[in-house]
Amino acid sequence: MKKLSAAVLGTTFLFAASLSAAQADTITVAVAANFTKAAEQIGQAWAKETGNKVRFSFGPTGGLFAQINNGAPFDVFLAADTRRPELLVKAGKATDKFVYAQGTIALYSKTLPVTANHASILKAADFAHLAIANPKSAPYGAAAVAVMQKIGVYPNLQKQKKIVDGESISATFQFVMTGNAQLGFVALSQLVDPASPAKNIGQYWVPPQNDYPPIEQAAVMIKDTKHAATARSFLTYLRSPAATKIIQGYGYAIPKNANTDS
Amino acid sequence: MQIFGSPLDVDPILLTLEVASISTVILLLIGTPIAWWLAHMRSRVRIFFEALVSLPLVLPPTVLGFYLIIALNPNGEITQFLRHFGFEGQLTFNKTGLIIGSVIYSLPFTVQPIMAAFEALPGQVVDAARTLRASFFDRFFTVIVPLARQGFIVGAVLTFAHTVGEFGVVLMVGGNIEGQTRTVSIAIFDHVESYEYAAAHSLSLLMLLFSMLVLMLVYALNRSLQIRQD
Repeated sequence: MKKLSAAVLGTTFLFAASLSAAQADTITVAVAANFTKAAEQIGQAWAKETGNKVRFSFGPTGGLFAQINNGAPFDVFLAADTRRPELLVKAGKATDKFVYAQGTIALYSKTLPVTANHASILKAADFAHLAIANPKSAPYGAAAVAVMQKIGVYPNLQKQKKIVDGESISATFQFVMTGNAQLGFVALSQLVDPASPAKNIGQYWVPPQNDYPPIEQAAVMIKDTKHAATARSFLTYLRSPAATKIIQGYGYAIPKNANTDS
Repeated sequence: MQIFGSPLDVDPILLTLEVASISTVILLLIGTPIAWWLAHMRSRVRIFFEALVSLPLVLPPTVLGFYLIIALNPNGEITQFLRHFGFEGQLTFNKTGLIIGSVIYSLPFTVQPIMAAFEALPGQVVDAARTLRASFFDRFFTVIVPLARQGFIVGAVLTFAHTVGEFGVVLMVGGNIEGQTRTVSIAIFDHVESYEYAAAHSLSLLMLLFSMLVLMLVYALNRSLQIRQD
């Protein structure tokens, strides 16, 4: 017990210089469901470094946005897009917006050789269903449509009613993973996650980043927070090399301007 | 305790059982008068109120949850009204929110079986009690409740089970806050999102066994009561 408190004391002392709040504090962070795993790992690392605690609330970005607008006690919001954080900043409900991760799209199939033959497979349309996230609500869905338009297969696939919409990128991944759709545009992060059921099963193709609008995920601090110093410390940590490494490990890119934009 | 090699989440289980128990008690208290009132309503407006009580059966839970967080938000009229009586807390994103959401969402599961039991009461017995000049409360608790017990038991069990299994409403009204409003069904959602399938399976298995047990209990009670009445 003595050893433990000595260790805690030591860590607290080390970081007291960088933190205005030396006392242990707990913040609540709302996180878009697709970032669940990475957030948990970053939260653990941050908690270990600072002695503070983080509680997560995972949900769909639209749902979390509605909750924040209706008084949810969140201190930080890690969204799956930039639109919702921007709306909150405009409404005076959030501040300190920056892009913490950029999503990469991938065409994934358990059975079809999409890595080499993605174009011919999409053109032949010799499959029952291709899954994408709902392009109206999910940035990954809009990206999938852009990629298909670039290859020139979108009108035909749509006319043949081959495209099925998942309500989120998670649902889209489940459609393909369970074999209900033969292929689909999912998030690269869903394929490279060490615990992913897609690891080492099937094939994927990563379209050029320039073929679709960037899938940027923005973070904000909620203005009403009673833990502003601790929330800022978490957001600062989110941009640190340690956190960046975790984010990249889950298949996200870090935008170049992420550390200057504010 | 471990199932499928992963530790069981105890916090969500305890929270879920607590919310379901409190909601069931509240629903029995407010559902009984509603059921009585509906069962004895003779006018045509009855079909309107019957439909109103059944609405949570058809409304998508996330939609219901969305309107609840708007209606109950800290700056909303309902919360402001309660402030006049010294209420200082919040109606959403805590246990209170979970209970309010559950009570609304499970209302038809309490009202419908109890109402059916009230309607099936043998008229002569209730009338006989009245001719013996028993007061309404006396009649209600010594004659009507024992005769309608089947409806009460089925209503309570279904309400409890339905509250345990809900997802959309509690995700919205509760906010899925770790250790505070994360119920079992939401914990399963979180595990699936992070590919922790073993943990998701163990919680789901537990829920499946629990639901099966509850439903078997309802059917067993239904049968034994029917046999006794025959």
